Amino acid sequence: MEFQFSAQQELLRKSVREFAEGAIAPKVQHMEETDEVPWDLYKEMGKQQYMGILIPKEFGGSALGHLARMIMLEEVGRISAAAAMAVQIFHLGVVPIVDFGNEGQKKKYLPALAKGERLATIAVTEATGGSDPTGIQTTAKLQGDSYILNGRKCFITHGHVADTITIMARTGEGPKGFSAFIVEKSFAGFKLGRKEKKFGLHGCNTGEIAMENCVVPRENLLGSEGDGLKVSMSAISEVGRAGMAGCGLGVINACLEASVKFANERLLGGKPISQHQAIQWMISDIYMDLETSRLLSYRASWMKDQKIRCDVDMAMAKFYATEAAVRCSKKAVDIHGGYGYMMEYPVQRYYRDAEILIASAGTSEIQRIVMARKALTSFK
Amino acid sequence: MDIIICLKPAPDPKRWDSIQLDPVTRALQREGIQSVLGPLDKRALEEGLRLKEAHGGKVTVMAMAPPSARENLVEALAMGADEGYLLSDRAFAGSDTWATSLVLSTGIRKIAGFDMILCGSYSLDGSTGHVGAQVAEFLGILNVSQVVAVENIERGKLRTKSLAESGYRILETPLPALITVTREINTPRFTSLFGVIEAENKPLITWSADDLGVAPGKVGFRGSPTQTGGVFMPEMRRKAEMLSGEPEEMVQEIVRKIRQALG
Repeated sequence: MEFQFSAQQELLRKSVREFAEGAIAPKVQHMEETDEVPWDLYKEMGKQQYMGILIPKEFGGSALGHLARMIMLEEVGRISAAAAMAVQIFHLGVVPIVDFGNEGQKKKYLPALAKGERLATIAVTEATGGSDPTGIQTTAKLQGDSYILNGRKCFITHGHVADTITIMARTGEGPKGFSAFIVEKSFAGFKLGRKEKKFGLHGCNTGEIAMENCVVPRENLLGSEGDGLKVSMSAISEVGRAGMAGCGLGVINACLEASVKFANERLLGGKPISQHQAIQWMISDIYMDLETSRLLSYRASWMKDQKIRCDVDMAMAKFYATEAAVRCSKKAVDIHGGYGYMMEYPVQRYYRDAEILIASAGTSEIQRIVMARKALTSFK
Repeated sequence: MDIIICLKPAPDPKRWDSIQLDPVTRALQREGIQSVLGPLDKRALEEGLRLKEAHGGKVTVMAMAPPSARENLVEALAMGADEGYLLSDRAFAGSDTWATSLVLSTGIRKIAGFDMILCGSYSLDGSTGHVGAQVAEFLGILNVSQVVAVENIERGKLRTKSLAESGYRILETPLPALITVTREINTPRFTSLFGVIEAENKPLITWSADDLGVAPGKVGFRGSPTQTGGVFMPEMRRKAEMLSGEPEEMVQEIVRKIRQALG
């Protein structure tokens, strides 16, 4: 077993950290106040190849893999969970094309996506199905050379700003009745619905998208008809869950640093509160959560790079890291006392940003079902 | 243009409170403390990369440093340099700026030709500001210090804008030449993931004292004409006076005291 990162991985972490501190951090306050999408930042992240980290080199990506992606998401998330979510959702939109696209689709879409010139996302969730995607009702009917899509997707991250969206729709009945399509926002019948106002992740767009007789060329079908569940779940279970875990690592990291800083500076009774045991216990809890989340997340990412099936390991990492992000952010606010409630201190942002990490890419309850299924068969 | 950047990896400022001093040599004990490239090093490298992009050629980075500085040179390669040289030997330990400059200039002579050398105006730790000028003297080339802008390179001449006592000076210097750069010169680029990948395939060579052919007595603690007399943290003491009264009265009192102090 090897528990050290390679020299290249350490250099990757350092480079991303410098970018996050130098380019992302100055934009965070504006994102918080305006909820505006920082376009220039996403373009810059594209130039740094953060968007292309899972895209093969032949299509302009850096193809550094999933462990590198986890490192990158942790470092970006440490500065801004919103920016980390934006990057991870891009990967989620791209991976179906990488894994299931034919050569023509890859050549057409991946190069511009790799450079960050175009943004991607994935749209599965509807009012009738989220954690259980089989509840979706968007339909896709083949007419001549096109599929005609009708339906609405909700809570779609970057739904209003992405150029290409991997959309899951019904082409038939039963579990094999779902198909996945590459939809461009310029396609006739693609409409933007309501933009959501969230209490966290400001600067990361979330909204409803609608397909009203949306015309999608036949060649934009990913894989074959009936592959939709496979395409979507493959992306969500091993890339989406990892992405949320990475965002969680960043939040926990930020909570620990903020808590240590405050605890060392805040004086009570003539000494810093870091010398009080109650504060030390809280800080050690956050530290333990960080290291545990890292071990689970990095191990699952390593497995993915080795092409070892890791859907359960990703479920475990996602569950742990996102739940830990919520409890660590609460502890960080508590350590700050009254200051933790004030907007000028960052811990309130971590607290607000952390919550959605649990519901995204499958709720904690779904991850528990996934883990229970494995445990019940493996440990009898 | 063949450009050489002299780098000085220094202990991470975030860990300065952990640095110990050798009681005899008064040299910094850096073991266990990661080295980083200082902001002026990065600006020197960035300027070199921009000159290469404008004029073609190659950027070489060089540092006299312990073996652990290898990762700092890899970082420079990831940023865009084409090759790196680490001049590393126990014999170099304790070198003052003179001995350091001797080692660097020997290393530079060993590389085939250069048009320009760039350094930071001063390092993150010692901050003497000597090495750039000393390297230039050893190499017998002109140097311009505190450069805020490289304005032009044309027909073998370098035109720079640099800080003077008050204001700036514009100088034209024949190449090859050495310049030291200030913070104002540029904003260093971020290292991309492609840079991280490509760094692994770029040459990074380590040279020892034997490889360079420097005499042991000319380098290190023994080869340094200057010795550190003492290193201490200055004690910050301020006179504190508590005022009382209404805010307007206290403000008036503060203004009176400031005027009095200014004479």
